[in-house]
Amino acid sequence: MNVAVAKTGKGRAVSDLFTSAEGRLPGSPSVIAVRREAFETYERLGLPHRRIEEWKYTDLRALVGEVLPLSAAPDAAALKRAADAVKVHAIAGARKLVLVDGVFASDLSDVKALASEVGFGTLREALEKDADLLKTASTDAVIALNAAMATDGVVLSIADGTQLSAPIQIIHLATAASASAFTRSRVMVGKGARATIIESFVAVGAKAYQVNDAVVLSIGDNADVAHIRLMDDAPDAVNISSHFVTVGANTKLNFFNMTTGAAVSRLQGFITLAGEGSELSANGVNLLQKTEHGDTTLVVDHAVPNCVSREVFRAVLDDRAHSVFQGRIIVRPDAQKTDGKMMIRALLLSDEAEADNKPELEIFADDVSCGHGATAGALDDSLLFYLKARGLPEKQAQALLIQAFVGEAIEQIADDGLREHVIGIAERWLERRQ
Amino acid sequence: MPAVQETVERVKRIDVDQYRYGFETLIESDKAPKGLSEETVKFISEKKNEPAWMLQWRLEAYRRWLTMTEPTWARVDYPKIDFQDLYYYSAPKPKKTITSLDEIDPEILKTYEKLGIPLREVAMLEGVEPKPGEEDPTRRKIAVDAVFDSVSVATTFKAELKKAGVIFMPISEAIREHPELVQKYLGSVVPTSDNFYATLNSAVFSDGSFVYVPPGVRCPMELSTYFRINERNTGQFERTLIIADKGAYVSYLEGCTAPQRDENQLHAAVVELVAHDDAEIKYSTVQNWYPGNSEGKGGIYNFVTKRGDCRGDRSKISWTQVETGSAITWKYPSCILRGDNSSGEFYSIAISNGYQQVDSGTKMIHLGKNTSSRIISKGIAAGKSQNTYRGLVTAHRKATGARNFTACDSLLIGDKCGAHTVPYIEAKNSSATFEHEATTSKISEDVLFYCIQRGLSQEEAVGLVVNGFVKDVLQQLPMEFAVEAQKLISISLEGSVG
Repeated sequence: MNVAVAKTGKGRAVSDLFTSAEGRLPGSPSVIAVRREAFETYERLGLPHRRIEEWKYTDLRALVGEVLPLSAAPDAAALKRAADAVKVHAIAGARKLVLVDGVFASDLSDVKALASEVGFGTLREALEKDADLLKTASTDAVIALNAAMATDGVVLSIADGTQLSAPIQIIHLATAASASAFTRSRVMVGKGARATIIESFVAVGAKAYQVNDAVVLSIGDNADVAHIRLMDDAPDAVNISSHFVTVGANTKLNFFNMTTGAAVSRLQGFITLAGEGSELSANGVNLLQKTEHGDTTLVVDHAVPNCVSREVFRAVLDDRAHSVFQGRIIVRPDAQKTDGKMMIRALLLSDEAEADNKPELEIFADDVSCGHGATAGALDDSLLFYLKARGLPEKQAQALLIQAFVGEAIEQIADDGLREHVIGIAERWLERRQ
Repeated sequence: MPAVQETVERVKRIDVDQYRYGFETLIESDKAPKGLSEETVKFISEKKNEPAWMLQWRLEAYRRWLTMTEPTWARVDYPKIDFQDLYYYSAPKPKKTITSLDEIDPEILKTYEKLGIPLREVAMLEGVEPKPGEEDPTRRKIAVDAVFDSVSVATTFKAELKKAGVIFMPISEAIREHPELVQKYLGSVVPTSDNFYATLNSAVFSDGSFVYVPPGVRCPMELSTYFRINERNTGQFERTLIIADKGAYVSYLEGCTAPQRDENQLHAAVVELVAHDDAEIKYSTVQNWYPGNSEGKGGIYNFVTKRGDCRGDRSKISWTQVETGSAITWKYPSCILRGDNSSGEFYSIAISNGYQQVDSGTKMIHLGKNTSSRIISKGIAAGKSQNTYRGLVTAHRKATGARNFTACDSLLIGDKCGAHTVPYIEAKNSSATFEHEATTSKISEDVLFYCIQRGLSQEEAVGLVVNGFVKDVLQQLPMEFAVEAQKLISISLEGSVG
C-alpha cells in the first residue's frame, strides 16, 4: 500500500525534485551514492502517515501533502534582508552561525571568533570527504529525505576540556517562499568540555516554506552542555527537525525546546544515555494557536545503569491548535538504578483545540524508578475567579496563569540569561494573544 | 489486620505445583472437521439449530475475515497461528437428552468439582464467611453457566432468575428463544468487522452466555460463567452478550481454565455489554488459562475483544480483571461512554511469570457530556515475562466535562522481565480533565527486609507486598472472587524470587 501511495502525483513530483536538485547537492561521488540510497528509502516509504505508529497523530500526508522543491541559494537581496534579521534575533553575547535558506552565510557568521575556540566547518565542505555525516541508524522517512537532500549545515568540534566563553547560536533563516530547506549539523563535544548551543528558526518575510533539519550531537564524558532550540518559523511554514544525541558518562545535558511558530512542526529527539552517571534534563513548551500543529516526540534511551532523566513539557493550545507529545523512556536490560521521570501537561484554552499525549515506558530492568504523568484540561476556574475578583481583566488573569503554567518547564533551563530570554518569548506570545 | 493474616495463611497453603487446573478430562467429544471454511461455519450453525439469519450473519463475518490480516501492533511475539490446523467446534458427546443436572456426564461434573465450581447450586465458595450486618441470603448465591470447550453444559438457578425476569442462558439457546433480543444487540457493540479476532469469533463462535436484565430489575444474584478448554487442538470462541435495560443492575463473573499441554491453544472471545439509562453492569474476570510451562512451551493464546457500551444516560460499566494465565494475553476491555453522565471503570491486575506475554489495557471513549472514567491498572512482571499496559482515553469535541483518572503501576520482580506502559491520551475539548500517572519500580529492599526480619520467608514477604500493591483492584472484585484472586496471585508468583 505504501508503495502505491508513494507513486501518486505528489510522490512523483518529489522524485522529479530530487533528480533536478541532484546537481546542486554537495558531496563526493560516495556521498551521492548515500544520498541516492536514502532517497530510495524515502521514495519507498513516502511521507509518514497515521498508519505509522510513530506518526499516528502527525499525519504528514494529510497535513503537508507534498514536499516543496529545493530552495534556490539566497541572492544578494535575500542576504541583505537576512543580515537585518540576524541583528534582531541574535542572542546577546552569542557567536552566530547563520544558515539562509539552507546555505551557510559566512559573512553573517562569527566564524573567526569561533575558530579560536572550536573546530568549525560547513557540512558542504565536510561532505567532500566524509559520507558518514549523512548516515543515521534511523529508518524514518523524513530523516532519509534529509540525508538525501541536505545542502548545508555546521560541523562543530569542541575539543576535550574546552570551556566555551560564549554560547554558539545557529540561526536558520528562511527568505524564500514556497520552497524547502534541508540542513544537517554535526556537533561533537569532547570530554570535560562545557558548551551552550542555541538553535533559532526564523522567517524573514518568507511564507509557506518547509524546513527539514537534523542535528547529530555527541557528547563525551564529564561534559556539561546546554542545548536550547527556539522555533519561531512563519505561521504557514512546516518545520520537521530530528535530533540524535549520544551522552557519555558523568555528563550533564540540559535541553529545552520552545515552539511558537509553524503551521506544522515536529521535533523528534532520540537521546541515548550511553555512559553511566549522566543527567539529562529535557524540557519544552509548545505555544500554539489558530490551526497550528505542534508535535514533540522524544525517545530517551537509558542504555547503561545509573543515569537520571527528567522531562517537563507544557503545551498551551488556543483556537483550533493541536499539540502532540510522544515521550518514551526505554530502560535497557542492564540499566539498573535508572531514575526516569516524565511529566507532560496540556492546557486547552479553546473547545476546538486538541491535545494528544502518549507517554510510554519501556522497561527491561527491575531495579529502577520510572514514572510519567500526563494531564490535559482547561484553566482552573477558581484561580481565574480569584484573580478577577482582585480586579484583573479576564485576558490578563489568563495570561498570568498561563505564564505560571509554562514557567514550570522554562525554569528547568539552567542558564539564567537564556531562561530570561525564553520567558520573554512566552510573554510576547501572550501579549499577541491579547 | 485480618486481611494480612489471611494473606499469610493463603501463601502458606499454596500447592507445590504451580498450575492446579492442568488436568484433562477424558470424555468423548463431537468435533467439527479440522480447519476453517464456509463448511465449518455451516456445520457449527447447523449443530446449534440456528435460524437462517444467524448463519447469514456468520457467513458474512467469515467472508470479511478472509480479507483481514492479523494485527501485529501489540508487544507480543509468537509463531504464526495456522488457522487451518484447529478444530473450531468440540462438544462433549451427549449420551442422551439431558433433562436434569444428574444426567450430565459425570466426568464433566467431576471436572467442575475439581475446579471448585458449584454446578449443583451450592454456592458456598471456599473460605467466605458473611460479614456481620451483611447477612443478605441472596448474597451467596451465584448462578453459573458452565462452558466446556465449545458448548454450555449447564446453567444453574434458571428458575429463580426467571421469576425475577432475568434471562440467563447459553447464547445458542437465546438465539433460538429470544431472537428479537439477540438480533437487536448482537454485534451492536463489537461489529463483525471490528478486528481480526472479533471477526473470526463472529464466524465460528459456538457458545457463551446471554444475559438480559429487564428494566428496573436488580439481578437477585451474581451471574457467572466458567470456561474450560479441554479438547486438544481446539480453539475456544465464546461470545457473551449482556444487556442491562433501564435502571437494571447485574454483576457478572467469568473464570477460565485449561489443561496443561505442550501445544498452544487459541481462545478468541467476544464480550459485548449494553447498559441503558441508569443501568449498571459490573463485569469481573479471573483469567487463569494455562500459561505454558517453565520453558515457555504450551499455553493459551488469549485474543479477546471486550467492550461495553454505556448507551443510556447515567449508565455505568465496570470492568475488573485479574489476569494470571495464558501464554499470550491480548485484551482491552473498553467502555464507550455514549450516554450523558455515564461512567466507566477499569480495574486490572495483570501478572506475568515464566515466558508469559501480556499486552492488556483499556479504552475509555468519552462521547457524552459529563462522562467520567477511572482506570487503575497494576502490572506485575516476574520471571522472563513481558507485561504491557496499553490504554486509550479520548474525549470527543462534544464530550464536555469529560473526566478521566488513570493510574497504572508496574512492579518488576527479577531482572529478566519487562514492564511497559503505552497510554494514548487524546483531549479534544477544553473542559475535559485528564489525569494520568504511571510508575514502575521494584519491591523495596527495605520493605522486604522489614518483613523477613519479622520472621516471614522471602516468598511470604513478596506475597504480602504484592497483595498490598494490588489491593485497590482486589477491593473491586465481588468478595468470593477476591479470595480466589488473592490465592491465584500468590500461586502465579511462586518461584519468582530467590
